Amino acid sequence: MDYFTAELLNMKYVVSKNVDAFFTIIYDVAVFILRFFKEAFKPPFEFGEIIRQCYQVGYRSLALISMTGFITGFVFTKQSRPSLAEFGATSWLPSLVAIAIIRALAPLVTALICAGKVGSGIGAELGSMKVTEQIDAIEVSGVNSFNYLVVSRVWATTLMIPLLMCYTAFMAMMGAFLDITLNEQTSFSIFLTNAFSKITFLDFTSSVIRSIVFGFTIGIVGSYQGYNTSQGTQGVGKAANMSVVISMFLIFIEEILIVQIVNYIRVA
Amino acid sequence: MPIHTHIDMSKEMIRVTDLHKAFGDNEVLRGIDLIVHKGENVVVLGRSGTGKSVLIKVIAGLLKPDRGTVFVLDEEVERLNHTQLRALRLKIGFSFQSSALYDSMTVRENLEFPLVRNSNVRRKEINMRVEEALEAVGLSKAISQMPSELSGGQRKRIGIARTLIMRPLLMLYDEPTAGLDPITCIEINDLINEVQERYHTSSIIITHDLTCAKATADRVAMLLDGQFAKEGSFEEVFDTDDERIISFYHYNFIT
Repeated sequence: MDYFTAELLNMKYVVSKNVDAFFTIIYDVAVFILRFFKEAFKPPFEFGEIIRQCYQVGYRSLALISMTGFITGFVFTKQSRPSLAEFGATSWLPSLVAIAIIRALAPLVTALICAGKVGSGIGAELGSMKVTEQIDAIEVSGVNSFNYLVVSRVWATTLMIPLLMCYTAFMAMMGAFLDITLNEQTSFSIFLTNAFSKITFLDFTSSVIRSIVFGFTIGIVGSYQGYNTSQGTQGVGKAANMSVVISMFLIFIEEILIVQIVNYIRVA
Repeated sequence: MPIHTHIDMSKEMIRVTDLHKAFGDNEVLRGIDLIVHKGENVVVLGRSGTGKSVLIKVIAGLLKPDRGTVFVLDEEVERLNHTQLRALRLKIGFSFQSSALYDSMTVRENLEFPLVRNSNVRRKEINMRVEEALEAVGLSKAISQMPSELSGGQRKRIGIARTLIMRPLLMLYDEPTAGLDPITCIEINDLINEVQERYHTSSIIITHDLTCAKATADRVAMLLDGQFAKEGSFEEVFDTDDERIISFYHYNFIT
């Protein structure tokens, strides 16, 4: 066998191994998601653990979300003003900001912040439980570790991220109001009337639905990475890192798809 | 000579037949046969990485065997559904090498965890069992501490106490003395014997520590190259011409 043939065979082997690995992961994730749906609606329900996780995901993220939301609204308004001022249309600022925040910024900013904070936390926590045999210990205690650890966390992210999105939107609107009132001396009631004059029910519901999808994604990805951690402490870091990277990637893909669907509905 | 007196040779608690398990190309277990009788302590000895822990994880249903059968308390583990397997696991106590205490819970919560989730036992009974288990391992004062506040030996003891809370029929110990100083090792060995005497459990003890094996074993099974090279009392196993067993014996005492 000459050198070229040997290299070709080696390359074929590497490619087929990577393709196999890719489809194996797709299969594993599909099984993981199906298992979630199978166990999520079946007793015993871990209400205590779900509430504890909701507290972790929701309440513990409030400070970060407050700051990020407020700054987003404030900066976005400040950056938009010069463009509108060129056309003498600064009075449109509240409705422009409201549309941008409710339709796009609030769901996306909340999801990305939570992918970083909550997703990595879930990946690292479950990963560390896996490598220190705590998940095995739960299993040998006669408790369904998937239900106790994964289902509760995915429920928590799916329920809390839409609520956090509403809170982000509120804080961003407050940031926007601060900038507008400092520059245009607009009252709060006029700001609110202008802001919500262009917002439709579809805008709000599509953002809530998007946040539910993002929350589910963050929960599932973090749990999958953590629950299937290997390679010791190195694996824990990798699980936390991959939870963030994959969640963010999927959030952007889902954003594109959902926006297309919503725009189609809006036109129809 | 068995150390423990109430062994019932007519009753099999665990029967493993022709067990094979591989991870990728690495065949770890290659035809294991093992019987554990009621009230018996069986020590599985072997070097690190020879598949000792894999054996008890297969017995507890945490890993699936590639070939062979495992009967625990007359039930074939492989054929049990999730619910049946969880019911069987309540009769098994598993002490992990790393102790595997739940970091986010206090010692009390760690001990209560299996009881609260698997039974409708009243709070008074739960408290009583927690105190009894902690007293059995000599750590009653640690009840409110977090696992991170405990030493390695204390963590092992709490790990054993957690398994005792469900009053198991079988105990599986994974390297109970690994990483501990000699005095703590002796304490853990004594604890294993006390648990056996007090709760009349049957046990498999996975270790590479000859002192632990000698102190706790009614029977020793020497695992080499994925198979049991020799079985018998501690003295019988090491009365051999097998170079691998002799070198394991000398290496263990030199180090």
